[in-house]
Amino acid sequence: MTLEVVIFYFAAAVAVAGAVMMILQRNPVASVMYLVISLVAQAILYVQLQALFIGALLIIVYAGAILVLFLFVIMILNLRGEEFRNEKHRPGRAAKIIIPVVFFLEVVAIIKQLAAPPAAGRATEVAADFGSVEMVAGRLFREYLFPFELTSILLLVAIVGAVVMAKRDKGKKEEEA
Amino acid sequence: MEITGIFKYLYELLQSTGLPQVLVDIIALASAAVMIFGVLAVIALFLVWWERKVSAHIQQRFGPMRTGWHGWRQTIADAVKLLQKEDITPSTVDRPVFFWAPVIAFVAAFMVYVTIPFGDGLIVSDLNIGILFIIAITTFTIISLLMAGWGSNNKYALLGGMRSAAQVVSYEVPMVVSVLAVIVFAGSLSMVDIVQSQAKIYKWYFFRLPFGPIAFFTYIIAATAETNRTPFDLPEAEQELVAGFNVEYSGMKFAMFFLAEFVNMFTVSAIGATLFFGGWQGPLLPSWVWFLVKTFALVFVLMWFRWTYPRLRVDQLMEFSWKFLLPVSFANLILAGWMKYSGWFNW
Repeated sequence: MTLEVVIFYFAAAVAVAGAVMMILQRNPVASVMYLVISLVAQAILYVQLQALFIGALLIIVYAGAILVLFLFVIMILNLRGEEFRNEKHRPGRAAKIIIPVVFFLEVVAIIKQLAAPPAAGRATEVAADFGSVEMVAGRLFREYLFPFELTSILLLVAIVGAVVMAKRDKGKKEEEA
Repeated sequence: MEITGIFKYLYELLQSTGLPQVLVDIIALASAAVMIFGVLAVIALFLVWWERKVSAHIQQRFGPMRTGWHGWRQTIADAVKLLQKEDITPSTVDRPVFFWAPVIAFVAAFMVYVTIPFGDGLIVSDLNIGILFIIAITTFTIISLLMAGWGSNNKYALLGGMRSAAQVVSYEVPMVVSVLAVIVFAGSLSMVDIVQSQAKIYKWYFFRLPFGPIAFFTYIIAATAETNRTPFDLPEAEQELVAGFNVEYSGMKFAMFFLAEFVNMFTVSAIGATLFFGGWQGPLLPSWVWFLVKTFALVFVLMWFRWTYPRLRVDQLMEFSWKFLLPVSFANLILAGWMKYSGWFNW
């Protein structure tokens, strides 16, 4: 067993355990922290696949930006675990069970397909520049330029929407006062 | 003086002992980590002393004078005292979060040095995403600040942690964008490539008018805010918040935050020296001496800021970042891209 295999099993175990612990927490702050642990372990797995760039992006975007935002909102609103115990909401409870089961079956199907011996025509080895900055940039700005630009417009609309909402709130408060 | 040769010799010596390759790798990696830690611990101790001396002389005092020549043994004594102090954990804290916050801050501060070149060939690993790796690792600092603020279960700590995370998040954006301007010109994310592209003094990115100086100034302002130093030290505003996110910490855990803070100061200066002032490049002296000279010069600038400017208000802080620094750095990035495209400075 080489060092890489040991690191792989460790990171994979931490990623799964972090994700499970995230769901089991009542306190949302603890949930976010377990999610950070899980994401860091996933980044290690990307690094092991020689996709350093994707691993770094995962940490910058998720651990650095999105989860910090989560933490902020949770801490500012001071959410406690009790507020999430809304057992009366029946359709929500059904969805809680059905959606994970569907996803789980999907993941099992995918793993089964991947674990099967490679059929003709399916590449077994990744390209040498897999996950490098050049490859990701080439894909984003050449092949998938149109969807990429669409996404950026979507994000821009979201930002404008957020600004409008923030402004409206402020105006209301001033009227009340 | 060639230091890398010594490392190669030691590695071969290790291999010749006939240990399995896994063990050899682990020992080599561990000794590299210990070495980086040792160097940075000495640098951090020196910076604490230097900061006290610089502040004292700016205020026309002497600072520590009694222990050793100009008080150089003072920080060593302080460090020993800090490590011997009782490690107090208040009974109301969230224990795991409280415990891990300083550890994460400490580890993140040191992990950055994997890709910082101390000299020609003096780098732990020249990753092809070097500078991006540093940016990714520094995001853990924000999480550790929030953890310390939240885990302490203390209103001053929480306010300090929130303020400091808000500040670091907002100033991270202009900092990364100003770094991007250099990356666009260098055409590589690797720290070694960036240094090698500035072999002569007129090739330093700082001297590539007009985008170089603008990128540097936005970088150094954002970096000052990133390290929570005056004029951006609201998270630690003693008059309002006692001490900010680290009020509840003492002894060893406080020492870890303290050390991480000074190491971070050295880190942002080292990145500045590498990106804008040619890193280890320079005539006559060995490469690592040049690197240290340039980095310490930038550290001195940060200290100079601290003892010259008064603290900003929180609304001024946010407006300055989002309404001034960010547009300027974005415009500068576009300018840099256009200059690169039109072929200016293509030597």
